[in-house]
Amino acid sequence: MGALSLGWFALCLGVAVAVDRGNFKTCEQSAFCKRQRAMKAGQSPYRALLDTLELSDSRVTLQLINDNNKVHLLLELYRLQGNMTRVKINELKPLKPRFEVPDVLIADPPTEPLSVVSRDENGVVLSLGDEARRLIVSAQPFRLDIVEGPQVLLSLNSRGLLAFEHLRPRKDTSTFGKLFSLNSLPMSAHQAPDGGSEDDNQPGLWEETFKSHTDSKPNGPTSISLDFSLPGVEHVYGIPEHADNLKLKSTDGGDPYRLYNLDVFQYELYNPMALYGAVPVLLSHNAQRTMGIFWFNAAETWVDISSNTTVFGKMLDYVQGASETPQTDIRWISESGIIDVFIMLGPKPADVFTQYASLTGTQSFPPLSALAYHQCRWNYNDQEDVRAVNQGFDEHDIPCDFIWLDIEHTDGKRYFTWDPSKFPKPLEMLQDLTDKRRKMVAIVDPHIKVDSGYKIHSELRSKNLYVKNKDGADYEGWCWPGNAGYPDFIRPDTRAWWASMFAYDQYEGSTENLYTWNDMNEPSVFNGPEVTMHKDAVHGAWEHRDLHNLYGFYVQMATAEGLIQRSEGKERPFVLTRAFFAGSQRYGAVWTGDNAAEWDHLKISIPMCLNLNLVGISFCGADVGGFFKSPSTELLVRWYQAGAYQPFFRAHAHMDTPRREPWLFGPENTALIREAILQRYALLPYWYQLFYHAYLTGQPIMRPLWVEYPGDASTFAMDDQYLLGRDLLVHPVTEEGARGITAYLPGQGEVWYDVHTFQKHNGAQNLYIPVTISSIPVFQHGGSIIPKKLRIRRSSSCMENDPYTFIVALSPQRTAEGELYIDDGHTFSYRTEKKFIHRRLTFANNTLTSRNLALDSQFSTPSWIERVVILGAQKPNKVTLRMADGAESSLDFEFDTAMSVLTLRKPGMNVGADWSILLQ
Amino acid sequence: MQHNVNWLQALLVLSLSVTLGWTVEVQRPRGVPLTKRQFYDEAKPFTCLDGSRTIPFDRVNDDYCDCKDGSDEPGTAACPNGSFHCTNAGYRPTFIPSSRINDGICDCCDGTDEYNSGASCQNTCKELGRKEREALQKLAEITKEGFLLKQQLIEEAKKGQQEKQSRLSELQDSRKGHEDKVEALRTVKETAEQPEKEAKERHLKAWEEHKAALRLEKEKAKMAEVFLELDDNADGFVDVSELQTHQELDPDGDGTLTDTEAQGLLGGAHKVDSTEFMNMWSNMKEKYVSEVCPPTPSSYDSSHDEQKDSTSDKDQERDLDKDPDSVYPEDDLDEDAAGEDDEDDDDDDDHQVSLLFCIATPFIQPHHIFLSQQYICVCVYQRQYKIFMYTLSTVSSVCERERWCLLCNAALLPFSFRALEKEISFDFGPSSEFAYLYSQCYELTTNEYIYRLCPFNRVSQKPKYGGSETSLGSWGSWSGPEDNKYSVMKYEHGMGCWQGPNRSTTVKLTCGKETAVVSTSEPSRCEYLMEFTTPAVCLEPPNIDTQVHDEF
Repeated sequence: MGALSLGWFALCLGVAVAVDRGNFKTCEQSAFCKRQRAMKAGQSPYRALLDTLELSDSRVTLQLINDNNKVHLLLELYRLQGNMTRVKINELKPLKPRFEVPDVLIADPPTEPLSVVSRDENGVVLSLGDEARRLIVSAQPFRLDIVEGPQVLLSLNSRGLLAFEHLRPRKDTSTFGKLFSLNSLPMSAHQAPDGGSEDDNQPGLWEETFKSHTDSKPNGPTSISLDFSLPGVEHVYGIPEHADNLKLKSTDGGDPYRLYNLDVFQYELYNPMALYGAVPVLLSHNAQRTMGIFWFNAAETWVDISSNTTVFGKMLDYVQGASETPQTDIRWISESGIIDVFIMLGPKPADVFTQYASLTGTQSFPPLSALAYHQCRWNYNDQEDVRAVNQGFDEHDIPCDFIWLDIEHTDGKRYFTWDPSKFPKPLEMLQDLTDKRRKMVAIVDPHIKVDSGYKIHSELRSKNLYVKNKDGADYEGWCWPGNAGYPDFIRPDTRAWWASMFAYDQYEGSTENLYTWNDMNEPSVFNGPEVTMHKDAVHGAWEHRDLHNLYGFYVQMATAEGLIQRSEGKERPFVLTRAFFAGSQRYGAVWTGDNAAEWDHLKISIPMCLNLNLVGISFCGADVGGFFKSPSTELLVRWYQAGAYQPFFRAHAHMDTPRREPWLFGPENTALIREAILQRYALLPYWYQLFYHAYLTGQPIMRPLWVEYPGDASTFAMDDQYLLGRDLLVHPVTEEGARGITAYLPGQGEVWYDVHTFQKHNGAQNLYIPVTISSIPVFQHGGSIIPKKLRIRRSSSCMENDPYTFIVALSPQRTAEGELYIDDGHTFSYRTEKKFIHRRLTFANNTLTSRNLALDSQFSTPSWIERVVILGAQKPNKVTLRMADGAESSLDFEFDTAMSVLTLRKPGMNVGADWSILLQ
Repeated sequence: MQHNVNWLQALLVLSLSVTLGWTVEVQRPRGVPLTKRQFYDEAKPFTCLDGSRTIPFDRVNDDYCDCKDGSDEPGTAACPNGSFHCTNAGYRPTFIPSSRINDGICDCCDGTDEYNSGASCQNTCKELGRKEREALQKLAEITKEGFLLKQQLIEEAKKGQQEKQSRLSELQDSRKGHEDKVEALRTVKETAEQPEKEAKERHLKAWEEHKAALRLEKEKAKMAEVFLELDDNADGFVDVSELQTHQELDPDGDGTLTDTEAQGLLGGAHKVDSTEFMNMWSNMKEKYVSEVCPPTPSSYDSSHDEQKDSTSDKDQERDLDKDPDSVYPEDDLDEDAAGEDDEDDDDDDDHQVSLLFCIATPFIQPHHIFLSQQYICVCVYQRQYKIFMYTLSTVSSVCERERWCLLCNAALLPFSFRALEKEISFDFGPSSEFAYLYSQCYELTTNEYIYRLCPFNRVSQKPKYGGSETSLGSWGSWSGPEDNKYSVMKYEHGMGCWQGPNRSTTVKLTCGKETAVVSTSEPSRCEYLMEFTTPAVCLEPPNIDTQVHDEF
């Protein structure tokens, strides 16, 4: 659910059509951002002290000095395995430790030796291994360049915007001084945050007020900033979460992109405002190279992007006849912590994904059913309502795996409890779902009602696990239950305790088919500044300011751990979160929060999920139908069609909207929605294999076209279509009243097949396709093999043992290949006992072969192969199935001459076996 | 209800097929109903039931879908659009989608759908059949009784309808005359408002004349009424004996109106006709006490002051020119609780009697004009048209102010006319069996709220522990499916929801002996659902005796 805070206020006031921008800070209203942004380029006071250089096996260290204030910084340079460079800058001798993000990296990144290639008074050249890759440290002003041969890949501090506000004691501030500084000092560039002028009297350093909230800032100014230049780059992506296009825009003349997890009520589209989650990872791409920058900082962060290839820049080039290399400049600004940057050097998109996954881990491998259809609403009112919805799916023969319960299921918004009158017998309800082999998700938010009679609260209080306010008392804020405390999830003991609350004997009325949804974990605090926690709230040694963007990450982490522990480590968890950070992919799924039933929101769901997929979080979806407001029937149908082809497929609706279960819009629309859901279920084997692949390799599931066609510049800004894995191209209809769409089919000399008609189309063309309300334009890549299950049942569990159909789409060279992954669908036995089937299917030389990709694995399934459909085939005279033991049998087949489709009837062999089929 | 009857019929078919099924074991492919058995002949190739192709018989139920219509796989899950027949001996035979075969869930009560999934299904058909028979039996009893009640309702409605129709035509007759008068008064009012003094005086005079004329007319009407009252034997004459029923006319105050005295009052004649009576009337009108105007009950002791208070209250003064309906905010009607409605009905006759004198019409329906114990009259007062609210008691005193009576009557007539017309215009069902619900209200109390359904009027919700009432919709229409229109009522345009539609309520009617709201829910934020039982939807029960007979 999550109509947050402001929703709550707006409700009282009866206003609010869209986001109230006044509730959220602009850069101008954020003191550190304003200070930092006021800095001028080209005046860097930082100088590298080359004689302090120390080289060890794993790193190079070097001191920097700010010539304006003589503060020394320590620069650490690492060459990491897998073609990455890590750059860390901290104060040499900080007054007290500065925050470094814990728990996000899956391990200390393994290093490789750096060596000094050359060195003089102007700088040092370090080798980053072979291929003439060098890291050049320039002394004055300090600057880093990463080069490969003659080519500069990326430069740091090339514009001189490195700024490190060192910790300082608070000077005696007389009342007079305070008044003076607050009232009369103009904010100007000379008060640069790099300490260019040590004016501690300027406003916003030791206290800052936004609306009615005052941030006490006991540590004073602590912000950091660094700029990066990317020569030859015109396209950058990532840094979710923003409701914006895939390709990031220049922020010149506007606000930077903001990363600060916030509960934004009725967010607006196409702007850089912060949303619920933050992944400070930016990808750059051009036809030659893809790279990534991981700004490893969990404090409030702003990202400026500028480019010399804006319209103005280009016109200038044209007029001057110049051929200036395109360049994109990035500048990161964070409120606290240290500078810690991972530079992922690619060079291919897949390399960047691998590099990033080696740092923060891959997508968790969810239970298969989590990939199926989810039916949610704020709220299913009571057990009877749940029963009726469950039955509705059966009555209309629509598959569904999960029914969800939002906050109203609890006893007075006390999570882990059930409303005694509406949900008096949760076990019975869950058994009803189990009887239909369906499951349930119930919400558990991190705000805990302050109520001494509530077990969760009293334990948190007695164990002293709550976040504290600046005065040391338990922090309390207003949220759904009224006054609430917030567990300090940063503490391992809090997380362990939280996880233990999911044990079946602790969480009464829970069973193994009950999973969890973490909402409001930005955290949302209705009466807090910007609807979130006060920055001067205290987590042990750290301020909330230091780690704000990590809070939601930890909530999901602890919850997922709870679900694992309750099954004694046997069952895979499924946890949905709204807030997230780098690494959140390890704990479950995310969704794009409280969107609206508008066509533009349907459209934006694609780039929002694409950008999340680019930075590791593959399990992404948007509320189908739109959360706020009520969709037209056409929009609802189109949203189901689009959602069926996005990783997380859940319909959800605000409490104040009319009901919209799939069967409520007349038989025709019920049939359309049903068909979209059926298509999802038929493709579940492919989805499952994609998720396994993502889990194994870190490759995204939803991919912008340029990921697979990195040299095709026409795809670089495309975000109305995408690839699922490598082999399905999806171009959902997102225009009202559409009569046709133009899909771009990439790949010179390649072919694509319409998955519905099997019509073959050539690659490297814009293809106009007429559409009707039933159309979901999807194409299968020629050269691929996709496993499907065509017997759609009421839930994915019911389909477990059903036979497979393989769709073999031949390339112009008459080849194809694909993978198949099968396991029990819900336990960890695939990794603890290697109980799975992973096979490669290959078509070449008129032979389709199934080969085991994991010889040491073992899993048996009753599933068999009922059908093989070969697209772009010629009519064979004979088709022979040959098993591993040499047994041969002749197969029946049908051939559709018009479409060149060969269907092999009932080959019948077990899907886990070795076999080949020969077309003669 | 239709549904339930079908069940009964289905049961009949079932009980026959049960017998057949036990006696003759019919061989047929899995999942094929008896009725389609002849299409599945092992000795012949199988032709898909849609005729699309013919396949060897060994491809029937071979777990691969060959026919587009799914007919070759009646017993497997191979076809996406196939269906499986459960015999369900002891219960109702049924078809389930092929996708439910061997999915690990028992769908057929005989368990035949799970022949190869490892699910162990109990045969529950007999138990289900027994329960269903019991339920149907019970339902049949309710239906039977309910249907009898419904016949009574139809009878009552018929009577009520006739009554209302005749009232309406009477009202229609008198309406024209009243409208003319009101029009005249309207003119007076308009002119009376001319600011110029001269004009004002001129119109004042006109007004006085008009008033005199009205008074005269009223006088005549009154006299005519009295004449009719006195003319007990309706021979067109008032005679001495008839006059003697009014002892109050006794001129010498000895308490007895003698023959002579009576004759004196009649101008010495033994009997007089209506024209002659007119001349005598002035002699007796001071003393005459009407037979119809009731004595003021002692409980109606509110003072005139109260009336003055209310008339001087600006909030209660409204311009007659406004549409009368708009004058009364509907929410004002909320005051009377359901329990009082019955009383109101009992009181209706009294109200009408007191008003009869006052406004000379018995046709006032209180629904839209009279709030609980409060009446609204539109009257002339100080040369302006005003609407006054009267308590019941003050109406009596108003009655005595003859000069107001006609005006009040004239003003009220359109309301009563409209109210009656409205009531008559309601669709109370094919036989007006729902008419008895009109002006009634039914309540249901849940954990949090008291829900209130006033059929053909409105639905509302009130927090149990204080708080204001919320309208969940006003009467909209019958909105059941085409073949059963009177099974669902729709109430619309209730209070608006934040970012949502206006509240609305769907009322589902089911057959029951009682008339009651049995459940309420809010399936969607602003959309309420009520279940309401009433005999009015009970259908004629099928001949159950035959049914039961077949069982044995």
